[in-house]
Amino acid sequence: MTKYWRSLDELNAPVAFRKNEVRLEVDANRATMKKAASSSRRDFLKTLGFSVASAAVVASCKRPVDKAIPYLVKPEEVTPGVANYYASSYFEGNEYCSVLVKVRDGRPIKIEGNDLSSISQRGTSARVQASILDLYDDARFKTPLKRGEPTTWDEIDSYISQKLSQLNNENKKVVLLSSTIISPSAKKVIGDFQQRFPNVEWVQYDAVSATGILKASELSFGKAFVPDYRFEKAKVIVSFGADFLGTWLSNVEYTKAYSSGRRVMKKSDEMNRHYQFESGMSLTGSNADVRVPIKPSEEKTILTALYYQLLQAGGEFTVAAPASPVDLKGLVEDLLENKGRSLVVSGSNDVEIQLIVNAVNHLLGNYGTTIRTEKTLNTHQGIDADFERVIAGLKDKSIAGILCWGVNPVYNHPKGSDLKQLIAGAELSVSFSDRKDETTAACHWVCPEAHYLEAWNDAEPKSGTFSLAQPTISKLFDSRQVQESLLKWAGVEAPNYYEYLRKNWTENMSGLQRKYTDGRIFWNEVLQKGVFEPGIEFKTLAYSENGLAGALSLKQDAASGWEVVLYQSMALKDGFAGNNPWLQELPDPIAKISWDNFAAVPVKWAEENGVQNESVITVNGVELPVFIQPGQAPGTISVALGYGREVAGKVGDGVGKNMYPFTSIENGAQKFWVSGAQVSVTDKTYELALSQTHHSMEGRPIVRETNFDEWQLDPAAGNELKAEHDEHSVSLYPGPEFKGHHWGMAVDLSSCIGCGNCAIACQAENNIQVIGKEQVRNRRIMHWIRVDRYFSNDAENPEVYHQPVMCQHCDNAPCENVCPVSATPHSDEGLNQMAYNRCVGTKYCVNNCPYKVRRFNWFKYVGNDEFDYASNSDLGRMVLNPDVTVRSRGVVEKCSFCVQRIQEKKTEARVAGRKIEDGEIQPACVQSCPGNALVFGDLNDPNSKISNYFKNERNYHLLEELHTLPSVGYLTKVRNKKA
Amino acid sequence: MYNSEVRGRLIDGDKSYSQISREILAPIHAKTPLWWYGALLVSLSMFGWGLYCKYITVSTGIGTWGVNNSIAWGWAIINFVWWIGIGHAGTAFSIFLLILRQKWRTSINRAAEAMTVVAVFCAALFPLLHMGRPWLFFFIFPYPNTRGPLWVNFNSPLFWDFVAISAYLLISASFWYFGMVPDFATIRDTAKSKIKKAVYGFFSFGWTGSSREWLRFEALSFVLGGIAAVLVVSVHSIVATDFAVSVETGWHTTIFPPYFVVGAIFSGFAMVLTLVITMRAMYKMNDFITDRHVDAIARVLIFISLIMGTAYMTEIFMAWYSGSEYETYMFFRTRLFGEYAVQFWTMFIANAVIPQLFWFKAVRRRMWMVFVISIIINIGMWFERFNIVVTSLSRDYLPANWASYSPTYVEIGFFIGTLGMFLTGVLLFFRFIPMIAISELKSVAKFDKPNNGKLKPATHE
Repeated sequence: MTKYWRSLDELNAPVAFRKNEVRLEVDANRATMKKAASSSRRDFLKTLGFSVASAAVVASCKRPVDKAIPYLVKPEEVTPGVANYYASSYFEGNEYCSVLVKVRDGRPIKIEGNDLSSISQRGTSARVQASILDLYDDARFKTPLKRGEPTTWDEIDSYISQKLSQLNNENKKVVLLSSTIISPSAKKVIGDFQQRFPNVEWVQYDAVSATGILKASELSFGKAFVPDYRFEKAKVIVSFGADFLGTWLSNVEYTKAYSSGRRVMKKSDEMNRHYQFESGMSLTGSNADVRVPIKPSEEKTILTALYYQLLQAGGEFTVAAPASPVDLKGLVEDLLENKGRSLVVSGSNDVEIQLIVNAVNHLLGNYGTTIRTEKTLNTHQGIDADFERVIAGLKDKSIAGILCWGVNPVYNHPKGSDLKQLIAGAELSVSFSDRKDETTAACHWVCPEAHYLEAWNDAEPKSGTFSLAQPTISKLFDSRQVQESLLKWAGVEAPNYYEYLRKNWTENMSGLQRKYTDGRIFWNEVLQKGVFEPGIEFKTLAYSENGLAGALSLKQDAASGWEVVLYQSMALKDGFAGNNPWLQELPDPIAKISWDNFAAVPVKWAEENGVQNESVITVNGVELPVFIQPGQAPGTISVALGYGREVAGKVGDGVGKNMYPFTSIENGAQKFWVSGAQVSVTDKTYELALSQTHHSMEGRPIVRETNFDEWQLDPAAGNELKAEHDEHSVSLYPGPEFKGHHWGMAVDLSSCIGCGNCAIACQAENNIQVIGKEQVRNRRIMHWIRVDRYFSNDAENPEVYHQPVMCQHCDNAPCENVCPVSATPHSDEGLNQMAYNRCVGTKYCVNNCPYKVRRFNWFKYVGNDEFDYASNSDLGRMVLNPDVTVRSRGVVEKCSFCVQRIQEKKTEARVAGRKIEDGEIQPACVQSCPGNALVFGDLNDPNSKISNYFKNERNYHLLEELHTLPSVGYLTKVRNKKA
Repeated sequence: MYNSEVRGRLIDGDKSYSQISREILAPIHAKTPLWWYGALLVSLSMFGWGLYCKYITVSTGIGTWGVNNSIAWGWAIINFVWWIGIGHAGTAFSIFLLILRQKWRTSINRAAEAMTVVAVFCAALFPLLHMGRPWLFFFIFPYPNTRGPLWVNFNSPLFWDFVAISAYLLISASFWYFGMVPDFATIRDTAKSKIKKAVYGFFSFGWTGSSREWLRFEALSFVLGGIAAVLVVSVHSIVATDFAVSVETGWHTTIFPPYFVVGAIFSGFAMVLTLVITMRAMYKMNDFITDRHVDAIARVLIFISLIMGTAYMTEIFMAWYSGSEYETYMFFRTRLFGEYAVQFWTMFIANAVIPQLFWFKAVRRRMWMVFVISIIINIGMWFERFNIVVTSLSRDYLPANWASYSPTYVEIGFFIGTLGMFLTGVLLFFRFIPMIAISELKSVAKFDKPNNGKLKPATHE
């Protein structure tokens, strides 16, 4: 190999040369680096100057400005900071409610009850209250979709109208599958649509239908309708499994009527007596005077026996009555004494049972008094058999297209999974759902409809009783009302449902009244009031015993094994609002469990089999956590429907178990109980979010109670302790004085049914955060008003107490004097206030509150991915009430008596130069209470309603012996047991 | 110079003054033993784990603890009261035994005071970090501010708690420190390394041992001692009012202030025993801390244990005698024979029954038994605080609110962290500070030499 050299040095001493070369190279590099790295004084000053300047710039930077742009031309009705209320109508999940929508600065933030409605009468249910949050649901569709991908309305319209025409030409059937539609204008739209496409069949499908009642009245009266029940006129109410205070038909209306028949304030007041025959403990059953636990299979036997016994008692009958598993003597006596003033209802979907119920009511002369046949309740029109035909049609391909509007059969039909395949396999499948659900996931096209708060609509919940719904915010997303979609496909160029609706009302509806001759004025008037009740006279229908004989012939199989009853949960009802975190977190009124459904099992069985709360049992192979339910009929298990949603959104997915597959279709009606179920105990446990774990009052005078006959003798019956405590009330210190107002609240424990509407109303009003299952289980629920529930007496069939507890605003408050930083002072109007800014979170007040109404912010609940419920997105936070601070982590919060509402009304009165009227200020819980159980007002006004309540002999204060001097009074619970 | 012939000698070994100095300072001048490093490693890792748990608490929130809306105070407050109780012994030891002219205290008071200071630091962490917003802790200071007439709430025991604890910390730390000045000077004078000389020289404040200095030293000790004596009583009385002022069943009771003070001294004395027995064993200090010392403390514990037992009985009696159904339920159906019976009886047996074993000389003379019982007492006292804090809240007025409570790893880690902090403090004390007050000890030294009794100039050689 040739050896090259560069110099003689390298040739002579190659190793030394190499070393030297390397060293030179390193030195050179080092010099360069040193030069580059060296910083002179100049550099230092430059750096210093730059960093100081940049630090100054950064520090003085404001946070990004969210531009608040003032109106160029301010709409007349919008004043920043002042809320507007718009009348509207809620109709979801077969529940109707007339509402007022509170709109602050363009955002609807709260639902209030509309007192002009004769149906809901200012009441709402928790579901109605929570519907405002559905508007701001992250799971809503932002655009129309084509097979899951965003698309445009143009594309949809051109495809679907062409496809519909094609199917029409080919004479293939298309089904418009909707839930019950009570809107006269929407029905008209459907009529127009069907006119254009005669191949379209309109089928109404309800998740939990009233098929039994509809079919039975068709037989008894010749017309399929749900009659108008008038609980307020009934002196004896008998319900067979109908949860009429919670979820049955028109529950808000019935609650209003029911509690009005139980309000005993003065001597002359009367009280209805309520019998409940049911398997699981329902909200309604928990309020009953006499509750009889029965198996669902026994219901028909008992009703038949009741019918025969009534006949016998009337001397009209000779055949011996069949044996009833329970003693009906007292009931029969009561019913006969109150002929024409009693009411028998059944929640069963069995036509035969409903036929017997009709017969019993007819026998008692209740038609025309407590039940009106001339008026019909229109909220439940779906007949289960109709939908079965649709399934058959989809199967044999005779139905080529399906348009789903407000229905979710894939989730809530027993054959849901088959349906998923059938819908996906149809030539045309369209969903109008505004948010994710199981059925929509199977449809090819999604044409999202607007939320009811973004939409125009009308309603006829009862015949002759109308109402309007109006948008309270412009559409948040690229949605379109179904009515407009249908009109568009039917060939209307630029459909406008508002114009359509208005035209219908000004032209057709205005004819129903005489007051306004100008249709436009009529329209404005109705729009403002929300309701239109022209008082139309309808014909009563005559009863016939058609089908009764068949119904009475008992051919029931001897039931064996467990009977599983499926009921609609109070919070989620049939499950349509599964993604609503407020409702998911609302504790069940009886079990006080949220975020899950569970198997309610009888006490005795649980004891015998070593089953405890949170044990897991399998029911027909489905694993369910156990709640030991006092009052559960032996041999039965109750499980709530509405859970186990698979495609609902981040909140609702996978919460609980779907029980709809347990239902079955029998004789053309969906049956909500299962007989012969296999139950086995497992070793597993499953954590349940119980927000109350102790169920006994331990003999403490917490809920004081009496019976109606005792109350009649002595209005202070059951409340003897009050006098004793008043007598012993001595203090070294001068009593508190309130010179101006002194706010107080009264809770009538007889009117309170424990539904939980107040908790959600309060949550919406006061920006109360959702904390999730784990934290509820940790006993950290944030609700400012909670409903305590106690059981007493027999565990097999207990008496139940519901007691709403909110901050008692004690005038001698234990929480106030222990706060080291004075973060919770007393106002000169008797309010116990929280200064969130001042609170450092010692939690001393939480401990020292004997009512434990104070709530600590254990975590940051807003804008925290760990709590991904309503307040973790800008959309979800739109629901926040700007009048109420959103609390930070580490501070204590509690009921404020809605101080923002007090201040608002005080300011209004001051500006108008008048005094505040009694009842003008209504905290959120009071405003929409369906039982009218809550009263708020000024205790310093001797004539106010609250003062009268406080003067009533039934009034007492919770833990009054502690001398906390609460501003909240409770009125004793009066039951009406048979003496 | 104390020189009574009536009483026995307080220290053994017939030691001269220089011997005393030499032997007590031996651990400071000697090479650090290996076990010390091992122990420090363990305690520092406990401390580190505690720091992590504190970080979680502050960064995520109190939600990481097991407390809830019914039981809003849990381990944090239990441990706070427990540490404060332990923190009582040092000053109580110095002051009460001083008043009672118990000269034997001189062998122990330094260690007891050191324990006090570290324990109070441990205790103070809990109320600070159990706040929802600890960064705003200064709201509790009554400082002039721009928020209008907003001022602290002088009615709240928590405010006085804060005042009492900070005052107590200040006074007990000063009392401890000033007592050490002459001993620091001794170290300075005997140290060979320059660094040691400089450091201890700095901390000895240029002490020369002149009569004037001794005069002032005595005066200062008396003044601080006088203030501290009051604080010993006030601190735990105020901690007791945190509970006694409330309306909760099991809290609302007038017996609490004296009961808490006695309980605190009880746990403090027990912890002193734990500590000095360890000290004796590790540093061969048997001549200074004799069996008679341990015996004396054990006898005191018998007496305090009887008071504790009486207090427990009184509470139970009053619960029945008051006729209040809430109180009756709390004591008879929750604590004695209810869900929390295990905790109650642990407390009762550990505090009121087991210390009675000290009646037997055989027990008092067996160091391992005394050591075990001292630990049992501290466990018992921890359960006492558990009984007070948790059981009362978990079964209060409205049964709907009844809840249960169990700590999370964060709370447990926080507690372990303070144990680590305490151990670290004790280890540093062993290593860098004369464990026994040399100058005071010399004042009780007696000599069997014929010239005994004649005044000898105090020397710090």
